[in-house]
Amino acid sequence: MDIGKSIGLDYGLPIRNAFGEALVEVGRENANLIVLDGDVGNSTRTNYFRDEFPDRFFNVGIAESNLIGVASGLAAAGKEVLAASFACFLLCNAYDQIRMSIAFPQENVKLVGSHSGISIGEDGPSQMGIEDIALASSLPNVTVVAPADEPSMRAATRAILEHEGPVYLRSGRPKVPIVYENGADFELGKANQLRDGGDVTIIAYGLMVAAALEAAAELADDGVEARVLDMHTVKPLDEEAVEQAARETGAVVTAEEHLLNGGMGSEVARVVAERHPVPMGFVGIRNTYAQSGEPQELLEMYGLMPTDIKDAVNRALSHK
Amino acid sequence: MTDREVSSPAEMEERRCPYNYAMDELEDTAYRLSRDIIEMTTRAGSGHPSSSLSAIDIMTALYFGGIMCYKPDDPDWPDRDRFILSKGHGCPGLYAVLAEAGYFDAALLDTLREIESPLEGHPNKLVVPGVEASTGSLGQGLSIGLGHALAGKVDDRPYQVYVLIGDGEADQGQIWEAAMSAAKFQADNLTAILDYNKFQQSGPVREVMPTLEPLVDKWAAFGWDVREIDGHDMEIVMQALHDIRNIENQPQMIIAHTLKGRGLSPFEKNDVNRKHGVPLTEEEADTALEELREMKEVSAYAEAQFEPEITPEDRYGEI
Repeated sequence: MDIGKSIGLDYGLPIRNAFGEALVEVGRENANLIVLDGDVGNSTRTNYFRDEFPDRFFNVGIAESNLIGVASGLAAAGKEVLAASFACFLLCNAYDQIRMSIAFPQENVKLVGSHSGISIGEDGPSQMGIEDIALASSLPNVTVVAPADEPSMRAATRAILEHEGPVYLRSGRPKVPIVYENGADFELGKANQLRDGGDVTIIAYGLMVAAALEAAAELADDGVEARVLDMHTVKPLDEEAVEQAARETGAVVTAEEHLLNGGMGSEVARVVAERHPVPMGFVGIRNTYAQSGEPQELLEMYGLMPTDIKDAVNRALSHK
Repeated sequence: MTDREVSSPAEMEERRCPYNYAMDELEDTAYRLSRDIIEMTTRAGSGHPSSSLSAIDIMTALYFGGIMCYKPDDPDWPDRDRFILSKGHGCPGLYAVLAEAGYFDAALLDTLREIESPLEGHPNKLVVPGVEASTGSLGQGLSIGLGHALAGKVDDRPYQVYVLIGDGEADQGQIWEAAMSAAKFQADNLTAILDYNKFQQSGPVREVMPTLEPLVDKWAAFGWDVREIDGHDMEIVMQALHDIRNIENQPQMIIAHTLKGRGLSPFEKNDVNRKHGVPLTEEEADTALEELREMKEVSAYAEAQFEPEITPEDRYGEI
């Protein structure tokens, strides 16, 4: 994977590792925290927590429905609970359990889905979480967070555990470019502006933030100044930042490693349409499942590279 | 009734078991709560009286027989025993029990399913004090109960968690996920009661899912302590709830044979809709209430037949 390399971004740890380490740090401070695993702790990195706090860690086996129900009961009994599995298995297998046992009763449970997006690569589409943001966002009362890199994942892990109420946190498998070199300023529900520009705004989350920064650098060479927003909290969406982007830059392009169906782009479009309509473009997976392959090959094949963002920007600008 | 004390006086005081009725009081309470179920669902014009009635003797024993300790004026008391109605459609029975226990005014039962009422068609823990879990999507309550049980272990609290599941509900895979993991975690503070009323939504269990049996063997194979009882014989129900207290390192399953509609004739019509999800008309309710009175006088539910004759008409109908 070479996203961000041309603009000098370094690659940090996989964000799942950053999550696992941050979880242990919080566990040292918070004795009330319980972690639940669906037998993938060595993939999600909750095994770091298990190794240090075995009495506060439960592996319920490969049973996501039960995982969610047990999390609900623990939370109802006053524990602070984090349950982790693969994004696709957690959200798709246990969707109704999340609906009825977490979201509806507003239980204080944090859900973490690793292996999101297509950049997990070779394991293929059965393991790829490409609908998790749409599913999680469709649930009332649930906050949805998707950090871009290692520093912001550390900050996000801490922020969601300090937040009262259900949260879905999107984690990931590959090493990704670091966009917050000096640490992330992370406030739930508040987009981070990483670059300013007056011609267009690119709104992204996750790996696509680095891709957006690379696209913005290339656009600048062509004389187009792009603002870049890291929309790390997909829900509740920072509607003020979206409206401001539409008003001030006159065009908005969204980019996400997720299906376009029900993704962040559609929520941004709703806000733009309601508050200040401007030309828009959407980068994401277009109504298809992916396949096995190297992450770089997949990102190119499914249109998630900086050049795809650039093209979407130019199309949007042509409608201005 | 067994002569064994459920709790010592000191424990009663400490854990605040609010009711410890004698057998005749329990049977009288079950009668009154059955009446409430019929009246509130007929008044509402919808709901699941038959599914509520099959479980009412069990719930009465739990809440009023000195089995469960709780504080109606402090529903979130951390040491309270928990009851989770996993088969959420049986909530008219739960609402009647909670009103009787003092969680809210019994006058609220008249508002079942109305727009302003907290007593929704399926239980919502956010709006009804004493409701431990929002249920109605079947299969989820046992996992939630296991979560409460694990929290009790982690925090070293003395409470017991009781989860009532339906027989049709045991079609759900999550029930068996929870069963397997509860045994793994040796959750002896978790008790499940299966309300084996023999009917699920579209027909008799033995038609819809004949392979639900052998139930006792299944639960035993999953690592549970299992017993099988008459779920309408109050003495037997109480005895079982006492006996399971001696079980260590294993969750306990009580398979309670019951009657959908508690043996009242309006529920035994050759119409599957009478078995599930349809209230009685006012005329039928009068009949049922009259039978209920007679039943109370002769304690007839102990003579219940648990495998009613199934006619072809039983198997069809719309909900």
